[in-house]
Amino acid sequence: MDYFPYLRKEKLPHIWCSGCGDGIALKCIIRAIHNKGLDKNKIAMVSGIGCSSRTPGYVDFNTLHTTHGRAIPFATGLKMARPELTVFVVTGDGDATAIGGNHLIHAARRNIDLKVLLYNNHIYGMTGGQVSPCTPMGDYATTAPYGCLENSFDIAGLTVAAGASFVARSTVYHVKALEKLIEKAIDKEGFSLIEIMSPCPTSYGKINKKGANKNLVLAQKTQSVPVNKAKDMSPEDLKGKIVTGILADRDIPEYIKNYDMLTSQKK
Amino acid sequence: MGSRTYMMQGNLAVAEAAIDANCRFFAGYPITPSSEVAEHLSKRLPQVGGRFIQMEDEIAAMGAVIGASLGGVKSLTATSGPGYSLKQENIGYAYLTEVPVVIVNVMRGGPSTGLPTLPSQSDVMQAMWGTHGDHTAIALSPASVGESYDMTIRAFNLSEKFRMPVTLLLDEIIGHVYEKVSLPDPKDLHIVNRKKPTCPPDKYLPYAEDESLIPPMASFGDGYRYHVTGLVHDETGFPTNNPETIDKMLRRLHRKLDPYMSEIIEVEERETENAEIGIVTYGSSARASSSAMRAAREAGIKVGMLRLKTIWPFPTEAIFKFGQRVKSIIVPELNLGQIAHEVEQAIKGTVKVHKVNRINGEPFHPDEILNKIKECK
Ligand SMILES: Cc1ncc(C[n+]2csc(CCOP(=O)(O)OP(=O)(O)O)c2C)c(N)n1
Ligand code: SF4
Repeated sequence: MDYFPYLRKEKLPHIWCSGCGDGIALKCIIRAIHNKGLDKNKIAMVSGIGCSSRTPGYVDFNTLHTTHGRAIPFATGLKMARPELTVFVVTGDGDATAIGGNHLIHAARRNIDLKVLLYNNHIYGMTGGQVSPCTPMGDYATTAPYGCLENSFDIAGLTVAAGASFVARSTVYHVKALEKLIEKAIDKEGFSLIEIMSPCPTSYGKINKKGANKNLVLAQKTQSVPVNKAKDMSPEDLKGKIVTGILADRDIPEYIKNYDMLTSQKK
Repeated sequence: MGSRTYMMQGNLAVAEAAIDANCRFFAGYPITPSSEVAEHLSKRLPQVGGRFIQMEDEIAAMGAVIGASLGGVKSLTATSGPGYSLKQENIGYAYLTEVPVVIVNVMRGGPSTGLPTLPSQSDVMQAMWGTHGDHTAIALSPASVGESYDMTIRAFNLSEKFRMPVTLLLDEIIGHVYEKVSLPDPKDLHIVNRKKPTCPPDKYLPYAEDESLIPPMASFGDGYRYHVTGLVHDETGFPTNNPETIDKMLRRLHRKLDPYMSEIIEVEERETENAEIGIVTYGSSARASSSAMRAAREAGIKVGMLRLKTIWPFPTEAIFKFGQRVKSIIVPELNLGQIAHEVEQAIKGTVKVHKVNRINGEPFHPDEILNKIKECK
């Protein structure tokens, strides 16, 4: 397919390092949007701050690059003003779960129809590799010189618990599966989140001695376990694995639809 | 007529004015003494086809109103000191991206949690300098319930016309006091809506400088696909590192109100013609000041009052002129002299400025202002 109709060609080349997963994720997003035949004028893409959050600059939609951690609130206001738009949020693990963690769980709880594409690279990429709430315990970061001391978030699990309609996890190695999951999120009414494992060779790979850039992506193949298989595995065996697939897909009233229905009954 | 005459409090007048100004989105987080604005709009907005949301905090509420405004819907948030502090990063975002929104700050005593239920005017400087970076600002300060209505309409008009956040500074007294007001027929109101692009979408430059200094603003979803970022951007809206472009953009933001000062700045002059002693004040402090002025006049002291309806941009010229006519100036305010300092700057040392300050959570008693008048005589 031709990707350029969806890109702002004059803004290329992008800022992402070679070996970064973010470009691959973007390709999957564009393919899913193309497959679904969405009208570019009716798509908004909202992001926070970070390497991942630079995505909206490259796509030919209504694009909004907000403040660090706040993409979901901006997207919430936009969606409430213009429910006919398909509103994507592109965010990083730091953006969405550290500074923006509160917004993430509340938007999921409300079940407002946002399509959140959360790139998890286990690190603060843009600012040079500081520790993130998603850095695995023991891994190194520029602010974790003795290894990360904290437990990391299970982002997808957190979002399921908070009440979202649709939650899935995939990797940039599994491009076909990721594309299909994004299509499902587009179709789903309610809060959707896809945790996209997107490696950062520069700020995470180097300090953790992961070798050549491509190693991080290739490793995703062996690390990944489909959710069905994971069900029968012990926590021991699941250590260091990425459980992929659909983690929640449920019919819960969407926030704005519900708001409009309730308020029209009780005018 | 008379059907729109009510006893209402300032917070309610703000909420009703927002509806009449065609505001159709509110996002907020409860905080005393502003919560009545949210409570009233949670009921009223759906009745007129709008939507309301209580967000998880004030940062989120500020983000949500900016997002909604980009969708083309006039938006309001309301808060008080602690929440106003939290909103500041995103208020800066609205300055830089030139998104119209109205922020109501019903001031209470600070710093920190401070005095949640008691009046103060200690956020007037924050309304100008609360967020980082150079920018211009608009802040209005009503002194009655009726004026809270009028100034809310005006705040929306100014924010729409100049594509920027506008702060309405009430204080606990104005927010909560009940007064009789006759609201105008909405049909008679002068309502300003943002200028929209008329060019074809592929020609649209969201931040191009023309002689008006205010670029037209497209709504998301209307076919003008463009980019909005809090990074310093060029006229296309995309980030730039070019020093000349940066300089040009930031300077336009800084001077974009310059040609419109006489339209934006409003002061009320009372008995200033033959005054020997001048009071410069604003908001609820103007009420005690009026009583003090009346008492002083009865005692034969010629006092006049300049009330700042617009706080920012600062009414420097009007104050300078006033300073030329009087022998001394008194500035009563419920803080430790935030505006008095600006007044001193404005009159350039021509007369002495006397402060009257109160920060203990009590409003002024007219006598303490009257005493200062007598001292200055
Ligand atoms: C309020 C605020 N605090 C801190 C920063 C600095 N900052 C920019 S990006 C970033 C982290 C981004 O990490 P993540 O969301 O994981 O995105 P990545 O760059 O890894 O894609 C930080 C801390 C900021 N821009 N704003
Ligand atoms: S620093 Fe990491 S996340 Fe950022 S572009 Fe480079 S590889 Fe990607």
